[in-house]
Amino acid sequence: MGLSTGTFHENYAQDMAIFHSRPQWGIMAVFVVFLFACPLFFSDRMLTILTMMGIAVISVHGLNILTGYCGQISMGHAGFMAVGGYTSAVLCAKLGWPFWVALPTGALAAGIAGLIFGLPSLKIKGFYLIMATIAAHFIIIWTIIQLRSVTGGPDGLSIPRPMIGPISLSSKASYFYLTLILACLGTLLAKNIIRTRAGRAFIAIRDNDLAAEVMGISLWSYKLQAFFIGCVYAGVAGSLLIHYYSFASTDQFPFFDSVWYLGMLIVGGMGNTTGAIFGAVALRLLDELVTMVGPILSAAVAPQAAASLALISHGLIIIIFLIFEPRGLAHSWEMIKDYFRLWPFSREE
Amino acid sequence: MTFFLQLIVTGFAQGMVYALIAIGFVIILKCSEVFNIAQGHFVLIGGYLGYTFLVPFHMPIWAALAAAIATAIVMGLIIERLILRPLLGEPVLAVIMVTIALATILGGLATLIWGAEYKAYHGLLPTITLNVGEISIPSESLIGLIVSVICVAVLMLLFRYTKIGLAMRATAEDLQVVQSMGIRATTVYAVSWAIACVVGVIGGILLGGVSGANMDLANVGLKAFAVVLLGGVNSIGGAIVAGIILGMLENIAAGYLDPLLPGGGLAQVFPFIVMIIVLIFKPHGLFGLARIERV
Repeated sequence: MGLSTGTFHENYAQDMAIFHSRPQWGIMAVFVVFLFACPLFFSDRMLTILTMMGIAVISVHGLNILTGYCGQISMGHAGFMAVGGYTSAVLCAKLGWPFWVALPTGALAAGIAGLIFGLPSLKIKGFYLIMATIAAHFIIIWTIIQLRSVTGGPDGLSIPRPMIGPISLSSKASYFYLTLILACLGTLLAKNIIRTRAGRAFIAIRDNDLAAEVMGISLWSYKLQAFFIGCVYAGVAGSLLIHYYSFASTDQFPFFDSVWYLGMLIVGGMGNTTGAIFGAVALRLLDELVTMVGPILSAAVAPQAAASLALISHGLIIIIFLIFEPRGLAHSWEMIKDYFRLWPFSREE
Repeated sequence: MTFFLQLIVTGFAQGMVYALIAIGFVIILKCSEVFNIAQGHFVLIGGYLGYTFLVPFHMPIWAALAAAIATAIVMGLIIERLILRPLLGEPVLAVIMVTIALATILGGLATLIWGAEYKAYHGLLPTITLNVGEISIPSESLIGLIVSVICVAVLMLLFRYTKIGLAMRATAEDLQVVQSMGIRATTVYAVSWAIACVVGVIGGILLGGVSGANMDLANVGLKAFAVVLLGGVNSIGGAIVAGIILGMLENIAAGYLDPLLPGGGLAQVFPFIVMIIVLIFKPHGLFGLARIERV
């Protein structure tokens, strides 16, 4: 990673800083102000897309800590989102808890579910862990459907519109603000978790778990911490998703989404907080493109073309990134920045 | 008792088909250390290919089977060359994600070509009925059992008595030695993918002959994973035994427990429950090699 000319790091704190210079602070401030000004000039349709992006960003941050940093591949992320979402939905709808209490409780429930299904990770890794988390997804969804008296089972569950104190979150703009604030907090937290002792332990476990254990890192404790943190993020994202629709249904958490979140991580760049944001935004944009092009293609070719376009484009984008840019968009972004920083001395490779 | 035996017999035949599909997975894993998540989608494509060759093309059963196998071989070779070869030596997550992406694309292609519709062609496979006492063995199960046993036998002979079979066994044993002996590892990979496609497609035709071809056939792949984990990921014999066990358990569980649960559908999650239990208590399965890590 290059730095602009004249910036020197003289101690550890400077090296670990998120922002290295005043202009970076300025650009970030302008960007955040722009994000908060979005409802002023975007239509409701755009705000919906942005809200969905925000939810995906939160979810992928969790997966990034678990998979990108700690190396524990989870393919049941949508299942953990469902735990968080359904917990907060049931608390709101059946027990009448206020939204702002139900959301963290749901996140906590998802974290606990993550701890339970993270237990096998102490003995297994790689493919076996993927299988265990796939199993976790299907077992969670099946359990939700079986608990019909609580969750509504296959019929779903209606939830009152979320309120925070006297403020109703029924308009698109207000819900967008809620998601945006949580996504910003989530990003800040993710950046900082990685800079703590726990974050360094995660990276050590990912790079070589045996070496990490020999160095005195407790695999048991840190792997479970990674599962807990990752699933808490998933729980927040799941709650936001369910409350956005004011309706809980297991159809909102298909197994395909679990795979798709990993796809976002790969496209964005594994083990990179900025990459998680890039991936979530880029693939949500692709989704929107597919929803726009799909009906046109369906009318022109065959009625099933839209559904198959979605599947084929999703698969292709993952394959293309894995073969041609395995370090993801975050890496491309760094290359582009370096090109302009060094211009006119940047070299074509 | 008759009910129980009936479940056991149906489960045995079904389990043999699972075992056949799982073998495709094990062969790829042993030869190239790739965990092929798309195995279930080979089954899906197989089910639809069976429909295409039997119904719109009106082929006789043997010609349809030959055409499906030929298509499967071509498909396997193309997949290996285009998608897997550029990723040789990449980390395990990249390779697994690429097979997941492959599964998605195959699902998309099946949707595009056959419209994700239910296509029935049972009754077109030959019928054999066998009654042992009070138990009647359904014709489809019997056909599935016979074809699976033939396939497994052919594969065993291939591994034992042909040059490529020897190369494949050697690659599974030690890649570096194989390369230094002048055997092309890429040929072995290509053949292993072709075989995996063929057994997947045959499994798809057998299952499609029972219940018709539809998109749910891909989920059989997930059952095959449970089979593979139970048997031990690098054991072909383990896959056969575990396939039969899982087929029987699934039928018994569905037969006795489904009436007790309101939502039903236990047969769908059952393989996953087996999977979690195996992974927690015996991660290397019944016949797998335990990998010992030394520092």
